[in-house]
Amino acid sequence: MKHLLGTDTLSREDAVLILDTAAQMAATQEREMRKLPTLRGRTVVNLFFEDSTRTRISFEAAAKRLSADVINFSAKGSSLSKGESLKDTALTLQAMGADAVVVRHWASGAAQRLAESDWMAGHVLNAGDGTHQHPTQALLDAFTIRRHLVGGGTDAEATGKALEGLTVAIVGDILHSRVAGSNIPLLKTLGANVVVVAPPTLLPYGMAARTDIAVHYTLDEAIEAHDIDAIMMLRVQRERMTGGGSGFFPSPEEYTRLFGLDAERFARLADHAIVLHPGPMNRGLEISAEAADHPRSVIVEQVSNGVAVRMAALYLLLAGEEASA
Amino acid sequence: MSAFVIENASLYGDTTADLVMVDGEIASLSRADAPAEATVIDGSGLVALPGLVDLHTHLREPGREDAETIESGSRSAAKGGFVAVHAMANTTPTADTAGVVEQVWSRGREIGLVDVFPVGAVTVGLGGTQLSEMGAMANSRAQVRVFSDDGKCVHDPLLMRRALEYVKTFGGVVAQHSQDPRLTEGSQMNEGLVSSELGLAGWPSVAEESIIARDVLLAGHVGSRLHVCHLSTAGSVEIIRWAKAKGIDVTAEVMPHHLLLTDDSVRGYDPRFKVNPPLRTQEDVDAVRAGLADGTIDIVATDHAPHPDEDKDCEWGAAAMGMIGLETALGIVQKTMVDSGALSWRDVARVMSETPARIGLDHGHGRPLAVGEPANVTLVDPNAAWTVEPSHTASRSNNSPFGGIELPGRAAATFLRGVPTHLIPALEGASA
Repeated sequence: MKHLLGTDTLSREDAVLILDTAAQMAATQEREMRKLPTLRGRTVVNLFFEDSTRTRISFEAAAKRLSADVINFSAKGSSLSKGESLKDTALTLQAMGADAVVVRHWASGAAQRLAESDWMAGHVLNAGDGTHQHPTQALLDAFTIRRHLVGGGTDAEATGKALEGLTVAIVGDILHSRVAGSNIPLLKTLGANVVVVAPPTLLPYGMAARTDIAVHYTLDEAIEAHDIDAIMMLRVQRERMTGGGSGFFPSPEEYTRLFGLDAERFARLADHAIVLHPGPMNRGLEISAEAADHPRSVIVEQVSNGVAVRMAALYLLLAGEEASA
Repeated sequence: MSAFVIENASLYGDTTADLVMVDGEIASLSRADAPAEATVIDGSGLVALPGLVDLHTHLREPGREDAETIESGSRSAAKGGFVAVHAMANTTPTADTAGVVEQVWSRGREIGLVDVFPVGAVTVGLGGTQLSEMGAMANSRAQVRVFSDDGKCVHDPLLMRRALEYVKTFGGVVAQHSQDPRLTEGSQMNEGLVSSELGLAGWPSVAEESIIARDVLLAGHVGSRLHVCHLSTAGSVEIIRWAKAKGIDVTAEVMPHHLLLTDDSVRGYDPRFKVNPPLRTQEDVDAVRAGLADGTIDIVATDHAPHPDEDKDCEWGAAAMGMIGLETALGIVQKTMVDSGALSWRDVARVMSETPARIGLDHGHGRPLAVGEPANVTLVDPNAAWTVEPSHTASRSNNSPFGGIELPGRAAATFLRGVPTHLIPALEGASA
C-alpha cells in the first residue's frame, strides 16, 4: 500500500491485515513502555484544513508511539475563504521532507488529488475528505466490532477473521457522513450485512434502490426487521436540521423520536449487541445518556482503538516501504 | 485585391467544386474564373462549410485577461474553424450597458480574426433583479440581439417573462442558463450514482429541466423567442421536443463535451472535468446525440470557458467550472455525430453555422456557399486524426478535458470575408 485514501478500493486481505496489525499495536499499548522504535527518523505531517482535535491527536499519538517525528500543520481555508492552496501547502511539505501526510480537508477527493498529483511524493493517509471517506474511522469501527463480536472480547481469537454474518446498522445522516461513506464499503468487503437507517432526505442518491444493503426510514422498523449485532449512531449536525428552509429534517425533537437510540429501543436489541458512535456525541439528540453510558457501549474504547488502527496504517505504509526497498 | 481559389473542395461534403473568393465574396465556383494572382489552395479531400458560428463563448475580456483576451480567444476561434463568436456577458464589468458591449465589439473588429458579437446581460450585473438597458445595447454599434445572464439563471419567473416580452422590441432572443439556484446550492457534479460514491454534492437533472419547462411555457404564453443554453439532460430533450410540437418558438444548444463525456470522468477528481451544467450520464449523452440528430436540438455551441491554471490545478471543491472548447468542437462533432452517421456534413453546416447565425441574427454568416455570398468558409480536413494536447491551444488557458483524446478531423483553414484567419502549415505554402 502506498496510500490509504478510502475503503472502497481496499481488498479484504489488506483490510484484515490492517486489523491484525492493529491488534498487535494494541497489545503493545498494554505494556509499561508503549513507544516502539519502528518509524524513528521518519516525519509524519498532520495537515488539517478542518478543525478536528480528536482525529488529529489520535494520529499524533499513533505516530509518536511509533517514534516518528510529527509536525502539525493547520491550514485555514474553505471553499469560500481561500487560504493557502492545497497545492502550495503540498509543495511546502515536500520541500520539508514529509514521509507521510495525514490530511483532513473539507473538499471531497482532496486526499486522492494530493496522492495522484505531482505536488508531493510522500504517502497520503486520508483523515477525512469532505463528505466522501474517512477510512481509519471505518477501520477502527471494524476493529472494535471484530474484537467484541468475533473475538469474544479479545483480539487474539479474531486474528485473520473478518465480520462474516454480523449485521451492522448505521443510523443517521448518511448523505453527509464520510464515516458512513467508509463504513458501508468496508463492512461489505468484510462480509457483514449492512442496514442503513435514515430519513430519505439524508440518504445519498440511489442508495434506497441498492439491493446489497437494507435501507429503513425509521429506527423502529430496522430493529423490528433485523437482528442487529452492532449499531452505529452518527452525529447529527444541528445546522443541517432546519436551516434556512432547506433543512433536512423538521426539528431535532422529531429526529430523536424517529431515529434516536433511547433506553427503550436499546432494550429491544439483542443482549450481545454493542453501540458505537464516532463522536462527538449529541447526547439527547441521536443517542440518550442511557445508551451512551451502557456497559455495551464501546464508544470510549473506539477512541483507544483509533490509536492502534492509525499506528497500524502508518506502520504498513511507511515501514512496509522500508522492507521492500 | 484579395483573391483565393480553393480547388476541388467538397462543398458540404457532397459536391466537388472550386471556391473562388475575391474581395470578400464568393466570386465563382470554377477556377477558370479565378484572377491570375489568386492564391491557389488544394482543397482535395477537404470539406468546405459555411464559416462556423459559436453562439456561446466566454472571451473573459474585460476583467479576466489572465484567462483569455478578445485577441487570444479570437485566435483560438479561428483555429477551430469559427468565423464568428458570441461573447457572453459575464465579464467584469458586466456587459450590461451600451458602453461595454461597444467596447467588446470594436475590440473584436480591431483584431479582425472573427466577428465578435457581444451578448448583453438580461439583468443589471447579472443580479437577477432589474432588467438591463437592453434597448440601448440593441441600438448601439454592437447591435446586440442575444441577451443572456449565462453563468446565472434568470430565476425570477416574472422577470423572465418581462425579458422575453421586452426583447420583441428589437427582435432579440433571451438565451437562458437553465439552472434552478435553490436545487443546486453547493452542487459539484451531476446527481447520480457517481456523485453518491464520490461524496460530491449532487446537481440534479430536474434543476435544469424545471427551468426549461417553465421557460417554454412562458415563451409560448407571451409569444416570444427563447433559446436554451447548454442543454444537458435526456429530460430536457423531451421537453424541447414537446415544446416544438406545440409550436413554441424555442431553440436549444448542446455542448461538445456533453456529446462525448459522462460523469464517470469525475472519478479522479480532476477539476478539468468540472463544468456547468455538469457532465451527465451515458443515457443523457445518448439522448442529446439523438436530439441533435433529429433536429430537436438546433445547434452545437462551445461554451468555451477559459480558466487560468490556479483555478484548475487544485482540489475539486475549490476549482472553477468550465472548459475551453473552440478548437476541439468540430473534431468532437465529427467523432460523435458524423463518423457515426447521425449527421451529414450538410447537417454540420446547419448546426454549427446556419442555425446559430439565424438565432443570433448574424447578418453575413451562415450563408450558402454560392456565388455572391460572403466568403466566410471553413475548410475541414476529416481525415486528419490528431491527439488533443491542451497546451497547444491558441487560447490563453489550457483547461481542456480532452487531453489525450484522439479526434478524427479538424479545421484546416478558416476564411473570414475572403481572408484566411487560420491555415494549417500544409496549406500555408500554397502557390500564388
